[in-house]
Amino acid sequence: MAKSFSNQYIFTFAFVMVVIVATGLSLGFSVLKPYQDENRRIEKIQYILKAAGIPSEKKEATRVYSDHLIAEWILDPVTGEPVSVYQSDGTYLKGDRRAFDIDMKKLLAARKAFNEGKSKDNPGIPLFVMRSDKGDTLYVIPVWGRGLWGPVWGNIAFGTDRNSITGATFDHQGETPGLGAEINKDFFSDQFKGKKLMGPDDTFQSVKVIKGGVKNLPAEKQPYNVDGISGGTITSDGVSNMLLDCIRYYEPFMKKAR
Amino acid sequence: MDALKEKEPMFSAKNMGLIKSPIIKDNPITVQVLGICSALAVTVKLEPAIVMAIAVTVVTAFSNLVMSFIRNITPSRIRIIVMLTVIAFMVIMVDQVLKAFLYDVSRQLSVFVGLIITNCILMGRLEAFAISNKPWPSFLDGIGNGLGYSWILVAVALVREVLGSGTFFGIKLFDTPWWNLYELGYKDNGLMILPPMALILVGVVIWVQRSRHRELIEKN
Repeated sequence: MAKSFSNQYIFTFAFVMVVIVATGLSLGFSVLKPYQDENRRIEKIQYILKAAGIPSEKKEATRVYSDHLIAEWILDPVTGEPVSVYQSDGTYLKGDRRAFDIDMKKLLAARKAFNEGKSKDNPGIPLFVMRSDKGDTLYVIPVWGRGLWGPVWGNIAFGTDRNSITGATFDHQGETPGLGAEINKDFFSDQFKGKKLMGPDDTFQSVKVIKGGVKNLPAEKQPYNVDGISGGTITSDGVSNMLLDCIRYYEPFMKKAR
Repeated sequence: MDALKEKEPMFSAKNMGLIKSPIIKDNPITVQVLGICSALAVTVKLEPAIVMAIAVTVVTAFSNLVMSFIRNITPSRIRIIVMLTVIAFMVIMVDQVLKAFLYDVSRQLSVFVGLIITNCILMGRLEAFAISNKPWPSFLDGIGNGLGYSWILVAVALVREVLGSGTFFGIKLFDTPWWNLYELGYKDNGLMILPPMALILVGVVIWVQRSRHRELIEKN
């Protein structure tokens, strides 16, 4: 270690090291990216299927999805009418975009810009029309929001009354293990089954994640609340906000059931 | 003399000592008390703990190896930066490989794979060993320290998963077709799942270890 190096050597060494490491990382990343993208795509499919109550193994998720998919719609949030309809046989009934390809994070930012008048572009919102194992038609909508440490997301499935939730899935990027991270467990998402999205006066209500126990609420409020997770208050609030922010765009679509 | 040293067998007693000593006598967690942050975080369940243990062992061994190869050309003034770059490179590669081939486990480990970069065991071993030793002993030292970290992690995870969740690799232990302890009033210990319990369990391991190896007890 007694060897001393000139400044020039030190800079050259650092430069060469960084170039080698950067090359190695980019190589590794480009080799592995197709596998990673495929994993993410299958995960997304599995969450949509799970929300619709359809079990799937990782290997056959794509096949199960196309078996149960009726259509992927992109809705105009103002009118509640579909602007693009992709069918499971690969053809488009209308438009030319798949709801599956919509990035929820970008969509929400674009919708915010539209609502604030900063942009004239009225982006469509995704909706998956699925056939359950029992043959019922179900609507599945993806949701995306912010938890405590990073993004949280999920899928909400509801029946043709466009009101009663039949299933839900949630996941997160890095919520606190054992606390907020529990939102991706079945005990949490199963609570959403049977909850309502629309109030008796046909206005949008959403479902809130609350403290203090749903069973202590008056009976008329119980369909719009689920129990939060102890120690995961910010994540629970994040889920409440996510549901409110994402599902409110579907209000015109929900009202068409009546 | 150097020529003679070169002929030292690959698995000589001295080299094997490099693997064995960090497992008990010089354990990175219980004796050096390095890297306990991740030991608290990923030990709620066995499976992520085992993957984490493998990941740390691989990263420690290979960053030790790489660092040892470049030890003579690395300027000592920027050696810490060089070490960090080597570690960060390894960790990012491990993270990317997990995302590509063990996606579910990588989702469970979430941020903790990335946090291997800040695991003190790595920097500690590079600075204390790899920077001044030949590649092969450095590699063995990395494996040894990785294993020393691993067994503590797995032991803590075993206790926490069985007592905290009542499962073993996700298999229910107390609620089976043959017996159901929950009906008899047994309850999972929720405290086991919380981080403080990992700290207490590591403390218990340290206690047991020092009572069996009295030379580890500090004099004052």
